[in-house]
Amino acid sequence: MIFTIAGKELRMLFASPLAWVVLTVMQLIVGYAFLRRLDDFLQVQPQLAQMAAAPGITELVAGPIFGTAAAVFLFAVPALAMRLIAEERRNQTMVLLMSAPVSMTEIVLGKFLGLTAFLAGIVALTALMPLSLAGAARLDYGMLAGLIAGLVLLAAAFAAVSLFVSCLTVHPVVAAIGAFATLLVMVLAGEAAGDGLRARGWTVAASLAQVVSPIKSFEPFSKGMLDTYAAACLVLLTALFLALAIRQLDAQRLRG
Amino acid sequence: MHTTSTDRAPAIATMPEPEAASTISARGLTRIFGNHIAVNDITLELRRGEVLGFLGPNGAGKTTTMHMLTGNLAPSRGEISICGIDLLEEPSAAKARIGYLPEVPPLYRELTVNEYLELAAKLHRVPRARRREAVANARQRCGLTDAGAKLIGTLSKGYQQRVGIAQAIVHAPDVVVLDEPTVGLDPNQIRDIRALIRELGGAHSVILSTHILPEVEAVCDRVQIMHHGELVYSDTIAALKQFESGATLLVGLRRPPPPAELAALPGVATAEAVEPTLYRVQFAAGTDPTDALVKAAAARDWGLYQLKPAQTTLEDVFVHLTRREDQPNV
Repeated sequence: MIFTIAGKELRMLFASPLAWVVLTVMQLIVGYAFLRRLDDFLQVQPQLAQMAAAPGITELVAGPIFGTAAAVFLFAVPALAMRLIAEERRNQTMVLLMSAPVSMTEIVLGKFLGLTAFLAGIVALTALMPLSLAGAARLDYGMLAGLIAGLVLLAAAFAAVSLFVSCLTVHPVVAAIGAFATLLVMVLAGEAAGDGLRARGWTVAASLAQVVSPIKSFEPFSKGMLDTYAAACLVLLTALFLALAIRQLDAQRLRG
Repeated sequence: MHTTSTDRAPAIATMPEPEAASTISARGLTRIFGNHIAVNDITLELRRGEVLGFLGPNGAGKTTTMHMLTGNLAPSRGEISICGIDLLEEPSAAKARIGYLPEVPPLYRELTVNEYLELAAKLHRVPRARRREAVANARQRCGLTDAGAKLIGTLSKGYQQRVGIAQAIVHAPDVVVLDEPTVGLDPNQIRDIRALIRELGGAHSVILSTHILPEVEAVCDRVQIMHHGELVYSDTIAALKQFESGATLLVGLRRPPPPAELAALPGVATAEAVEPTLYRVQFAAGTDPTDALVKAAAARDWGLYQLKPAQTTLEDVFVHLTRREDQPNV
């Protein structure tokens, strides 16, 4: 049943211009960043050749564009997720799902899976760009794999937060703006809390504060490290917000 | 409140009736929003093959009740069971046997009719092997055979309504709940849908909510009227019709006598003034005092200007029960 709902979300996403617009914008922005970085790299290449442990092309080109993609996700994921619950409520189509023998958990997970699958597709397209250099350069495939994994986890965390905010309102635009604001606050608060706590020497608390900011958890991946703690933070954040979304839908059925 | 007499037990009690004979049963259903009691202690029971007309003025709580029966809203109190399965304990199993068409059909405008009905079939757990057949069947019953590949957003309102009905029956549920299914349809389509509802009533149970009273009289077996969240009338259509055939007269008298004098005539059971010059005269069982009434009117110079049989229609009952609070001397 989860796959049925996920499939339906994907189909609806592509049936409206939204998905295509997002894909186009992503490609433009990430493509531009990729070409700029590549250009910079080619200019710096002679100097890098003389350095001892010079950073490779993967670190200098692929790393930043995944960072750019993460930043664009901050805007794009709320816009994609706003439809998931808020628009269904506004169009009165939630009744179809609520009358069907489908549990709230299945509904939330199905929608989440549909959105994340789409975002994973965007990540794949982003990964194709450095991969296009495979013939001409020696890529660090380990780092690339880390980047892909990190970005997918980040996208999933963003999707879960945006889905939860979409459950809170009937207006899709309010859902989009609210989700964006929530993500922004989380990122900034996580950074600030982490820095502040670390400055006081409370390193354990600073590490815990990392859960709040998905971007902070993504950083190790962008450096090529498969940091299990960061991965756990992202998974935990995702699970938390999905659980909150399920509870919210249940509560709304009780409250009316 | 007017209710039927207790359910008649079978004359020859051989086996106890199987539980599944009652397809939907709700007891003590209540829903409170803050301080406002939207639905107050509703009891509802349908047997297989019955079509229930669910009426009430707007704001009476019909939609809230139907939302509760289909699992869209949790009741504050009460229990609901579908084919013996408790809706609150085993929602998935119970919901698989219910089909619901709400007032606004839950249509996805970006999908085609086929895609949408397939989705509905999947969501309602129709086994993969039977899905295509179920969708084709639903389309054929609702007159959508030519509209399969069309986008729902491009269909006319009448066709969209039909897709909504198709979605409610695609999984062949035991209970079908329809909220104003013929709204927006042209007279031909209305006839088709009424025929469809009657056909559904053969094998399934149907709860039909509508404002078109002649439709209820034509299609339903039983009627329940809600007002201010409470059930104010519950009876079978047959009883309603039987009660009224030729047993009441509306008599218009310009110089009417006191009602007691009318009631004193042989064969008259009761006489009440509907208006200052209009009386409703009810016959005693098995008599026809029309002759006596006319002779007395002529002899005592009552000024008889109107004499017609009064048929209580459903509309009379409805208006009488739901206007009562607004007009104290109806």
